[in-house]
Amino acid sequence: MTGPARPRVVIVDDHGLFRSGVRSELGDRVEVAGEADDVGPAIELIARVLPDVVLLDVHLPGGGGQAVVSAIRPAHPHVRFLALSASDAPEDVIAVIRAGARGYVTKTISGPDLVDAVYRVAADDTVFSPRLAGFVLDAFAALPPDGQASPRFDPELDQLTTRERDVLRLIARGYTYREIGRELYISVKTVESHVSSVLRKLQLSTRHQLTRWAAERRLT
Amino acid sequence: MDVTVIRVLFVLVTVAGGFGLAAYVLAWLLLPAAGEETNIASRALADRRGLTLAAGVGSLLVALLIIASLLGVGWFGTVAWPLVISTVGIVLIWRNASPGEQETLHRLAEPLMSQGSETHRRWTLWRTGIALVLLIWGLVTLLHTSHAVLRPLSGVALVIAAIVVAFGPWWLRIARDLVAERQARARAEERSDLAARVHDSVLQTLALIQLRANEPQQVIQLARAQERELRSWLFEGRAPGSPAGDGMTIAAGVRLIQQEVEEQHRIPVEAVTVGDCELDDDLAALLAAAREATVNAAKWSGAPVVSLFAEVEPARVSIYVRDRGRGFDPAAVPADRKGLAESVRARMERRGGTATIRSAAGQGTEVSLIMSRPAGRRQQGRT
Repeated sequence: MTGPARPRVVIVDDHGLFRSGVRSELGDRVEVAGEADDVGPAIELIARVLPDVVLLDVHLPGGGGQAVVSAIRPAHPHVRFLALSASDAPEDVIAVIRAGARGYVTKTISGPDLVDAVYRVAADDTVFSPRLAGFVLDAFAALPPDGQASPRFDPELDQLTTRERDVLRLIARGYTYREIGRELYISVKTVESHVSSVLRKLQLSTRHQLTRWAAERRLT
Repeated sequence: MDVTVIRVLFVLVTVAGGFGLAAYVLAWLLLPAAGEETNIASRALADRRGLTLAAGVGSLLVALLIIASLLGVGWFGTVAWPLVISTVGIVLIWRNASPGEQETLHRLAEPLMSQGSETHRRWTLWRTGIALVLLIWGLVTLLHTSHAVLRPLSGVALVIAAIVVAFGPWWLRIARDLVAERQARARAEERSDLAARVHDSVLQTLALIQLRANEPQQVIQLARAQERELRSWLFEGRAPGSPAGDGMTIAAGVRLIQQEVEEQHRIPVEAVTVGDCELDDDLAALLAAAREATVNAAKWSGAPVVSLFAEVEPARVSIYVRDRGRGFDPAAVPADRKGLAESVRARMERRGGTATIRSAAGQGTEVSLIMSRPAGRRQQGRT
């Protein structure tokens, strides 16, 4: 799956200063189709322009970033979301990923890296920042204690494979997908598929940690 | 054949007949020591005073033996001749042994011919006198043991007392020397630890101050920070770079490293931690090593960002410090550049951890630090 040559982007953030900052960082490598500063206007805008990628602030006044994702995803599955946040609180990040975002980066990301991340999300790839990799490793850390493993525990969804763990660890150590491929003697495509699989588990798993984080953000 | 085996054989022969000792001394005289060309006997032949002395001691001993046999102490005769030969031999060896052997001999004979102060020598004389009296008394008691069972026992006790009086102080000193040696080793280890810490904090700060010499505000800030750190180390016992206070955890320690390095080196540190646990001494050392590696990356790599990843697993804690900077050839770092070699690797190895440094010119650097956790402390796992 290759993305469009020049992705169309919508920027959703409640800080005008940040939006214009992002807009100038992205330059003309992408087409900015619009900006929104809250959940309601964002949903309306996205449904109207149907961009390739939405750069979405995790913290929005009217319900948070995941409210936008939840509203759009069912009707427009081809609109992809890249979460942006300054806070790095795991529950925020995990909540928006579980709602359906394809990746997460911090707001301190450099211009070229952000452009790169937009292109990757547009191509339906994942963007895992080291911090997100850390959160996921934490959430899937150990097997739940006996007794809590419950009938709901599904090893397909509720635990990571060794390889997925290795990939996440290298992301957390600051490796790019290309570097991870070289390190583990696998192709970049394989790295990508491992991360996609992790993302899927992250979204579908009912692990205690994940559901607790989701519950804290009132996401079910 | 082993030296000890030969010595034991000689002791057995000596006990059996008495000539073993003489044979041993003769062999000592005639066989050159390992690594030497001449034997002691050939050197002794040139030592006229030594020969005279040996002849004198030998004849004195013969005279004593004759007197003893006249007095009827019969058993003395059986060991007499070996005794004379050995004594003469030992006198010659004493004067003509190689420097190394001389030293050993002097050490062994120290309690008998102490060369200390006047009072010390007089005390030694007294001790030797008392020891001799006790020894003779003991021997005499032992030799006339026809009556009771207690007699030989008291004789043995007296002989032992004599030995203790003669050699006791010397043994004490040997024991004291051992303790002193152990203390010296501990001090050396402490010094190397201290050197690593001073390098981490004070020397680093001084280097920074030199780099920023034309920014007075910066210099003041650095100096203040260093002063605070040193004070808290000297007066509160909190080691610089290893904030091992109570309740400190790996995650908090990593955050602190991030904060300090960002503050001092103006370079973002991307820190990620997975899991958490309380610090013990090993993990404090791990953190200190990680800090050093991070500072190194911030200072030398030229990379725009340093990645710091710490993971707490049940069996071990690992920290990775990575930059995409200029890198270096780890084999080409001169031995006197203490940074990575001493502070990071040695520090880890002293605690049973490992440090791996992967780098190549132009390809960045990654320092992997791994400390395994003892089984007893694994319960407190992740957050």
